[in-house]
Amino acid sequence: METTLLCYILFFPLLGFFINGLVAFFRHDLETACQRYLGWSEEHFFHRSALFSACIGVGVIVLSFLAGICGFVRLIGMAEGGRVLTQTLFPWIHSGSVRLDFALQFDALSAIMVLVVTGVGSLIHIYSVGYMHGDKGFCRYFAYLNLFIFAMLTLVLGKNLLVLFIGWEGVGLASYLLIGFWFTDAEKARAGKKAFITNRVGDFGFILGALLLFALFGTLDCYGINQAAHAAKLPSLYLNLAALLLFVGACGKSAQIPLYVWLPDAMAGPTPVSALIHAATMVTAGVYMVARMSALYFAAPIAMSVVAIIGAATAIFAATIGLVQTDIKKVLAYSTVSQLGYMFLACGVGAPILAIFHLVTHAFFKACLFLGAGSVIHGMGGEQDITKMGGLKHKMPVTCWTFFIATLAIAGFPPLSGFVSKDEILFYAFASKHGSVALWGVAALAALCTSFYMFRLFYLTFLGENRSDHHVYEHVHESPATMKWVLVALAFLSVVGGIIAVPHTMVPFHMPNYLEHWLGTLMHNAELTEAGEHLSSIFIAISVIVAFLGLGIAHAMYGRKSDLAAKMAAKAGCIYRLVLNKYWIDELYTKYIYTPIYKLSETILFQVFDKKCIDGSVNGSGKVCQKISRIALKMQQGDMQFYLLYMVVGLLVLSAVIFFNVVK
Amino acid sequence: MIPLNFLLIVSLILFMVGTLTVLIRRNILMILMGLELMLNAASLLFITYARVLGNLMGQFFTLFIFVVAAVEVGLIIAIVLNIFGLKKSLLTSNFSLMRR
Amino acid sequence: MKESLLTITIFAPLLFAILVAIVPRGQRKLIEWGSLVFSAVVFGLAITLFLSFDAHKASPFQFNQSFAWLPQLGISFSVGLDGVSLLLFTLTTLLVPLVVLASWTQISKLIKEYYVLLFVLETAMLGTFAVTNLVVFFIFWEMMLIPMFFLIGIWGSEQRIFATIKFVLFTAAGSFMMLAAIIYVYLAHHTQFGVWSASFTDLYRLQLPANVQLYLFLAFALAFAIKVPMFPFHTWLPDAHVQAPTAGSVILAGVLLKMGTYGFIRLAMPLFPQALYVCMPYLIMLAVVAIIYGAFVSYVQSDIKKLVAYSSISHMGYVMLGLLMLNQQGVEGAVLQMVNHGISTGGLFLLVGALYQRYHTREIAAYSGMAHSIPKFATVFVIITLSSVGLPLTNGFVGEFLVLLGAFQRAAALYHVEKCLSFFITPVLAASGMIFSALYMLWLVERVFFGKPAEEAAAHAHGEHGGYDLTVAEMIYFAPIVVFIFWIGVYPMYFLNKAALSVAAFVALFNK
Repeated sequence: METTLLCYILFFPLLGFFINGLVAFFRHDLETACQRYLGWSEEHFFHRSALFSACIGVGVIVLSFLAGICGFVRLIGMAEGGRVLTQTLFPWIHSGSVRLDFALQFDALSAIMVLVVTGVGSLIHIYSVGYMHGDKGFCRYFAYLNLFIFAMLTLVLGKNLLVLFIGWEGVGLASYLLIGFWFTDAEKARAGKKAFITNRVGDFGFILGALLLFALFGTLDCYGINQAAHAAKLPSLYLNLAALLLFVGACGKSAQIPLYVWLPDAMAGPTPVSALIHAATMVTAGVYMVARMSALYFAAPIAMSVVAIIGAATAIFAATIGLVQTDIKKVLAYSTVSQLGYMFLACGVGAPILAIFHLVTHAFFKACLFLGAGSVIHGMGGEQDITKMGGLKHKMPVTCWTFFIATLAIAGFPPLSGFVSKDEILFYAFASKHGSVALWGVAALAALCTSFYMFRLFYLTFLGENRSDHHVYEHVHESPATMKWVLVALAFLSVVGGIIAVPHTMVPFHMPNYLEHWLGTLMHNAELTEAGEHLSSIFIAISVIVAFLGLGIAHAMYGRKSDLAAKMAAKAGCIYRLVLNKYWIDELYTKYIYTPIYKLSETILFQVFDKKCIDGSVNGSGKVCQKISRIALKMQQGDMQFYLLYMVVGLLVLSAVIFFNVVK
Repeated sequence: MIPLNFLLIVSLILFMVGTLTVLIRRNILMILMGLELMLNAASLLFITYARVLGNLMGQFFTLFIFVVAAVEVGLIIAIVLNIFGLKKSLLTSNFSLMRR
Repeated sequence: MKESLLTITIFAPLLFAILVAIVPRGQRKLIEWGSLVFSAVVFGLAITLFLSFDAHKASPFQFNQSFAWLPQLGISFSVGLDGVSLLLFTLTTLLVPLVVLASWTQISKLIKEYYVLLFVLETAMLGTFAVTNLVVFFIFWEMMLIPMFFLIGIWGSEQRIFATIKFVLFTAAGSFMMLAAIIYVYLAHHTQFGVWSASFTDLYRLQLPANVQLYLFLAFALAFAIKVPMFPFHTWLPDAHVQAPTAGSVILAGVLLKMGTYGFIRLAMPLFPQALYVCMPYLIMLAVVAIIYGAFVSYVQSDIKKLVAYSSISHMGYVMLGLLMLNQQGVEGAVLQMVNHGISTGGLFLLVGALYQRYHTREIAAYSGMAHSIPKFATVFVIITLSSVGLPLTNGFVGEFLVLLGAFQRAAALYHVEKCLSFFITPVLAASGMIFSALYMLWLVERVFFGKPAEEAAAHAHGEHGGYDLTVAEMIYFAPIVVFIFWIGVYPMYFLNKAALSVAAFVALFNK
């Protein structure tokens, strides 16, 4: 159904971006003007402009959220089969027979994403007001944040892959700007660039995939492609290739092997940004896209298994790195990578609904964890190393308890949201027609790691004795109200979030699976194998055991005063070092990709080819001309009589030729 | 009546002498004289053919040549005098600036 | 008046050049303001043309006007615009006022001569885009060289003489071959049809044997390829760009390079279609190589201007690739990419010029953390950078996407999609330019604008100028650039529509 509602969802964040952006751009001029004409002091101006930006920044996102809710309500009111709102804003790229419009679409899946993005987004905007308080770039920060929301909404509302791509690159841009927000620190600026370029590698795959799909089906419309792929008689090679290329894009955006390297570095940005962009929303864009194109992936079995394998591999790989990190944000970053792996695993075994389910619950508890971490960092005056924390429970109770709840959720303790979604994914990894024991085993092991490193983090940060400088410890304080209440809200959501899609096997009484029903017309989970169907209760039991096992180990190593952890580290030796250094992947990339490209360009292409070969041959031809001229120069010594002599001789020769020709 | 060939041969000899003078002599005044000889050879030819063809055009040209030669000599002598003042020499080999 | 509007627009700058020339030397303000107003007037005239251009009219050229010049020889001064040249024509008139404004503070010697030459150059450029007669085209084509030679040679940096001579020699080397080919084509038309004519539309009807076409095509293509510049004829470009004054760089990048691609689309390709098919694989290869090679080489530059210059080679590779695809999407993309490149790279050169004016160095290593001291400047730089790397909703993306789409369409049409994967190679390699452009441009931004603020280091020896942020004049001349970046990016149809029919006609020439 056509509607004009959708552009408002997009319009508000864009408006916020423009207003905040202009304020940030003309900050100095405004400051001077206010000082001169209104007599505001510098401090005055700073506070008022910050207040203004905060109001605008938060306000537009809340408005956008409300618009999203309006759309959601309208969707509910529509007939089940045709729950989709569309709006074509204007023709974007029309060329010959190609018709690509700037068109938006709001269906069941988009609705969920819009609500998550604007809902969690609003909370994090509110939190940011407290967190960024007093920062010089306050207006700029909110401008970027609004830009991000705009791009993310474009991504989830895009009707065709090209509009989706606008958001896809747009969120990359926003993340680049926000990671490098404190650009005077070269490390942070570099992390931003790394994120953008790694994402670009993914985008390269995405755009090729989109173009290939266009060449195959003549459309870039998401529904159109899904339908065509479903009905396709094409050799599956091309579908697989296209699906894989799109997945390359997803790998870049959602930090999967081999393009995950940017996400841990992205923690250089302000913590709310890490929570919003690098945990809750942007990094799930890849999952959203794969789920959106699920019919294509069902038609491309090879691509499906690649997705599953990459997902599982990333889940375990990142989880192992997370085991030994000591930076509170890095632990959470690797945890995010690992959880995203779960989502792709779900997609890969044919359970896109579960991927979306985990996406939603993950958005709640991971945002809560990151914001909790932000609160800790805020309270500790910028300290991020968990070996220098401990005993914060008494100083910041709200942060501690919300963090604890979110930890329970991510570790998979029933009946919290994380348990429901993760357990279902594990179950499907085994029981789906596309699943296997190996996938399940890897995922379960990753779940064990998750439980362990999360409790390790919790123990080291909040429990035990304080290990920080006592000066620092004395100044530790609970965060301001804007931050506290956001934590509470998110903790609440992480507890109850699971309710939207409780599988019927999990509870003895009947409880509707809202999510499956809601998304049912768009996508479906693959069928289960017969063996799998009967085993669901066993899997639930295993999941619970795994979660408790992780807690137990963490308690044994960090809960009591023991040097078990250090001993184990010493014993494991080289493995420990390997994991601690993140398998030296960054170094490998530098050595085998970055450096060779640079060297090739510098020495062979620029110095040898450009300077020596091309310029050399051009200059060489010039030199040859000069040599020849030197010879000719000898005949022209400035003696006129010689010139005359040449003339006379020439004349005689000419006359002779003509004469003899005439005579003949 | 002097035969035509005789006149042509005289003109040719005059021209050759003039050319060789221009080519060989190093004294700029001598070169100038050689030039005059060449002009006179041409004039002689014009007059000869004016007579043979019965066309006055040749005589006109001779007059023109006289005028031009007179003007030219005037100019050249002026230049030569200047150069002589500058270089204290009349030898062309001393004038060349291009020779390396 | 209306029918001679185009002619007036072409020659108005020449008139203004004369007017500027008679202003007394001391009147600096008058010369500068006058030049700005004049160039704005020319832009206004071009806008009038742009608005009154009928995008739905099928006839190839509009605003036609013809003056007999050498009627016995069929050489007339005839002008007309089609959709493609209209865009480039307007772009040229847009860039001139911007560079005039930028030159106000950057040019301090021989001011009068400078603006006179700039206006002469403008007439030459406008003429080249607008004439529809081959001989007159060549005259304007060569006429561009002379003012450019002086602009670089007099107002350039340290090695300006070397650079300007290299520039002129390179371009002239191509032009002479083209002149020979022009004469051949001209004579061939007479032999075939018995009338002397050098008008484009007449010459398109020529039927030449394939081997002759090949030689003629190569002669034309060489001249244009040097101008584009296509790999491996590009080495004049970095030197000329680096040594030229800001205005020179902007005009070079913004307009002169387009002459090459315009020459391909207007002359080399339609005149010799058979030869084009023979050379196509090689040209496509060169275009793809240019995309990647330009990106790689600009990645390692230590001089900002050189980096931008090499990035031009990469971008123009996209244009060539799009043209060679010979389908609607590819060619439209190429045409749009020409305009985009003029705006974005022109903008980058303006920025570099303004940066140089502040800190007197183009060495990247001398800068660090500039976003701290000149935040507005940094913002504009980042915006134009994003357009240069082709972010969606900026102009760069639309052009690159259409070119890639064209490449896919052509590949899909040529090779049976189901049969082989090799059709993939060209578009894949071309698309990889996306990654590399981000690599070098963002690295540049990182090194210059981010990191620890080290203004003292950058301003060494010339501390008195210091880092002032964007001035009002600078904001005025960057504003149109930013506006066009987003306008073309968000709603490209306004511009694509103007060119669509002309491109369709061009494409139809090859699908007979």
